[in-house]
Amino acid sequence: MTGPLLAADNISKFYDGRVACDKVSFELWPGEVLAVVGESGSGKTTLLKCLSMQIALSSGRVLYSLRDGRMESLADLSEAERRFLMRTDWGFVHQDPREGLRMGVSAGANVGERLMAVGERHYGRIRDTALDWLDRVEIAGDRIDDSPRHYSGGMRQRLQIARNLVTAPRLVFMDEPTGGLDVSVQARLLDLLRGLVRSLGLSVIIVTHDLAVARLLSTRILVMQQGKVIETGLTDQVLEDPQAPYTQLLVSSVLQV
Amino acid sequence: MTTGYNFAYLNEQTKRMIRRALLKAVAIPGYQVPFASREMPMPYGWGTGGVQVTASILTPEDTLKVIDQGADDTTNAVSIRKFFVRTAGIATTEETAKASIIQTRHRVPETALSENQILVYQVPIPEPLRFLEPRETETRKMHALEEYGIMHVKLYEDIARHGHIATSYAYPAKVNGRYVFDPSPIPKFDNPKLDNCAALQLFGAGREKRIYALPPYTEVKSLDFEDHPFSVQKWDEPCALCGSRDTYLDEIILDDKGKRMFVCSDTDHCRKARGEEAA
Repeated sequence: MTGPLLAADNISKFYDGRVACDKVSFELWPGEVLAVVGESGSGKTTLLKCLSMQIALSSGRVLYSLRDGRMESLADLSEAERRFLMRTDWGFVHQDPREGLRMGVSAGANVGERLMAVGERHYGRIRDTALDWLDRVEIAGDRIDDSPRHYSGGMRQRLQIARNLVTAPRLVFMDEPTGGLDVSVQARLLDLLRGLVRSLGLSVIIVTHDLAVARLLSTRILVMQQGKVIETGLTDQVLEDPQAPYTQLLVSSVLQV
Repeated sequence: MTTGYNFAYLNEQTKRMIRRALLKAVAIPGYQVPFASREMPMPYGWGTGGVQVTASILTPEDTLKVIDQGADDTTNAVSIRKFFVRTAGIATTEETAKASIIQTRHRVPETALSENQILVYQVPIPEPLRFLEPRETETRKMHALEEYGIMHVKLYEDIARHGHIATSYAYPAKVNGRYVFDPSPIPKFDNPKLDNCAALQLFGAGREKRIYALPPYTEVKSLDFEDHPFSVQKWDEPCALCGSRDTYLDEIILDDKGKRMFVCSDTDHCRKARGEEAA
């Protein structure tokens, strides 16, 4: 791989004239974990949705390096190609696992869905892969036929991660993956995520308001305020020595125990 | 025959509109064509879609057979047959081989159909993806992009829960290698009969306002897994009336002490097998 995996080129998004995202540009390189931090309403989630083509951009473009090496603007891909990308090469981990999971079917079917979508037609193999992935996200194999409704919040989130990673995506979008979980469960999940990201060499764009999450997972950080990127750099550097006044405020307002 | 109605109840413009939908449906096997379904003098769920399709293709020379659960003498079958006798004055029959149009609900006749016959299905829910994806906008997109992985999620779920594919009716199948369709509530026992069938098969869903079709000799492949192949129902005993072992059997409860019998659901076929004349 010679170039970046994904490049945002002056992305803007306006909602009814109101600015949600203002001329954001950055590059994401293979294997890199980029954290987008900022307070509520700063445009983090909008940025994530723009990048993953869930909403249309007002201006700018998102370039993505396809598996065959071509660097294409996502807006130029056909809908079929985009949807194929979404269920094979990408993952999307929602804050609320109910959005990302199919709550009506068993955990095994949830993990197997992407495999079946790309043409796997062997029940035994699908089940073996599902078991393997449940094991990797620390869910006991005997829960494979349970509905995610009977899972705890932390388990649901881990199941959602397994479901996304089963097709070996290269890029995973995460929207507050640890939000709504209690602290000890959060810590375990972060640990797990960190391990998976390292071992699979995933590229991740993670949106969070929690600086601790950014610090633990990410290599690079993007600080947003009112739709603009106000500071960017290596995570440790930005958090140790914030330059912008807003970042300084953000860092200093983290609760110390 | 009642006067004062147009032939076969529907007015000519409506028939023309339905025929256009039918032509499109035949041109794209398995694709659900929207049509402006009319109110019929019977409630939704009684076969208004099938009745409209039959009314549009009926000619005065046709001989009609109507079955419900394989039987000619059930309420739904009797009332629809009477409806067309009254409004179109056509001949009717209970013999599969003598009919030129057969309207059905739940079954495909056991007797093989010929090229001169048309089979019309009454369809309650035409969308096979409905219970997995409730949004119609989304399911149409999935059909357009051939995203049918989710259909196998349902079959996976069946095997995980029951150890085998437990879906026994409205079993999804792929038509002509392209569209996945719902063959209406026929038992999966009948799915193999749809494949490469000599007769034209038309499907009408009145409430859902959809028409779809299988032209003669179209490939219909029931979905399955490599290690759990598609199979049809089997019974331990033969039909109690005609002794047939290769037909679809209904269980009939005889008393409240556990007595029961299994008989052919296709009454015409069963009668023939016993060597009796049609009623």
